[in-house]
Amino acid sequence: MMKYDVVVIGGGPAGLAAAIEAKKGAPEQRVLILERDQALGGILQQCIHNGFGLHYFKEELTGPEYAERFIEQLDGSGIEVFTDTMVLELSKDRRVLAVSREHGLIEIEAGAVVLAMGCRERTRGALNIPGARPAGVFTAGCAQRLVNMEGYLPGRRVVVLGSGDIGLIMARRMTWSGATVALVAELMPYSSGLNRNIVQCLTDNNIPLKFNHTVTQIHGRERLSGVTVAEVDPMTRKPIPGSEQMIECDTLLLSVGLIPENELTQGAGISISPITSGALVDERRETDIEGIFACGNVLHVHDLVDNVSEEATIAGRAAADYVKQGALSGPIAQVRTGRGVRYAVPQRVHAGGEGKLDLYFRVDNAYRGMRVQLRSGDQLLLDRKKQIMTPGEMEKITIDASKVTGDLELMLAEG
Amino acid sequence: MKSTEMTCILCPMGCRLMVTQDGDKIRVEGNSCARGQKYGVQELTNPERVVTSSIRVMGGQMPLCPVKTKGQVPKSSIDEVLHAIRASKAIAPVKLGQVLLANVAGTGVDIVATANRNAV
Repeated sequence: MMKYDVVVIGGGPAGLAAAIEAKKGAPEQRVLILERDQALGGILQQCIHNGFGLHYFKEELTGPEYAERFIEQLDGSGIEVFTDTMVLELSKDRRVLAVSREHGLIEIEAGAVVLAMGCRERTRGALNIPGARPAGVFTAGCAQRLVNMEGYLPGRRVVVLGSGDIGLIMARRMTWSGATVALVAELMPYSSGLNRNIVQCLTDNNIPLKFNHTVTQIHGRERLSGVTVAEVDPMTRKPIPGSEQMIECDTLLLSVGLIPENELTQGAGISISPITSGALVDERRETDIEGIFACGNVLHVHDLVDNVSEEATIAGRAAADYVKQGALSGPIAQVRTGRGVRYAVPQRVHAGGEGKLDLYFRVDNAYRGMRVQLRSGDQLLLDRKKQIMTPGEMEKITIDASKVTGDLELMLAEG
Repeated sequence: MKSTEMTCILCPMGCRLMVTQDGDKIRVEGNSCARGQKYGVQELTNPERVVTSSIRVMGGQMPLCPVKTKGQVPKSSIDEVLHAIRASKAIAPVKLGQVLLANVAGTGVDIVATANRNAV
């Protein structure tokens, strides 16, 4: 049995920032990162485009550069790293079972655990697209790894389903790698991707984007030969009969959503939010099992890695504090969501805290000129007008933690 | 007179801009702020982008190394920049920030590595 003070599961952006902050907060503690890949950095390794770090580092970096800013801090820090190590099981009393070629089957007793496993892509199976099962259907992230890291081009003529940022980025990457992108189809009437990516990935490369469209059939035997694309009714999201159109292609890339990877979390009996598919946490990102914290995309899917780093810093520091001081006591206020707010993180807050308290949230639709309001009973703790809010962009509000005396409600109100 | 329609990318508002060039004068309409004005003029007169890609690595633990143009290059030069990257190779070890192609495609901008790559 190995013993560590803080065990961080996952060596992507969340795990790196959490481990570094835990060690900073308590240099005497033994901190361990467990990573299943051969290298640290997580998905940032394959995100070779730029646009990362504008908030956290105040400069524009590519994914690998952003990751390296954290990886280089490990040198001489005393933080231990096991790569090529897969965690199999986590228990309520913070025992971690893992396996690796180098260490064999290992059991680790952890003073505190930080969950930082990230998320995975929704696949064709999750969408139930009818048709044959030919080769040539990839998730966008899988194709991204093949092109950017392994040096393979998945195909020559491409349709992308979904206009989230990964889909947009991959439409450009495929074009820049010599393929032709015939279409990006988006089920919704808007894109959840950044304007910047719509312009610089699609418009710059003359790639058509069709809203209210989806793939209804997959054709081909050995290899994909084409897809049927149909327009959907904007109200019901069901295909409109007669609008079907066959598009010849050898590759379909799916960018249709991300799901936090919480098998270990659920195995430990931690409560999961049905909306975020991540753990329910307090302001220090502690789950409902004492001493187990969560941060990054395993907690809720972020659109900016900068926010992941910030959240991981909170969780890492809290994990080190927990090992030193034990659990936090005191009354707890629930953070409820009202009109227009799909979810807020954290979902609960200790009353009477100190310093600033950040609440992250997403709206459930595109809104212009609405007010964000945070109420506690009859009291209005925050009331701020926002020009625009969209489901694709995470919002943040900051209040004085000392103002939290009872349950909170976050909602939108007319301007 | 030449008019171009474009989306401003500087914030989530995504204003639809109409940028009109009339001789030396450029008029930007549809913007909500001063930054949008500047963006419209820049995009019409001299659009620039940072180009990122991967370069082949000889003798490395991994077959590719990610790279970028160290600064912005003219949008019209992107194809040539990508071609130059595809036509060349780096030799491991490669250090983050190392110049792998100087003055790529005559743009005056260097191609630099954006990750470390160890030798085998």
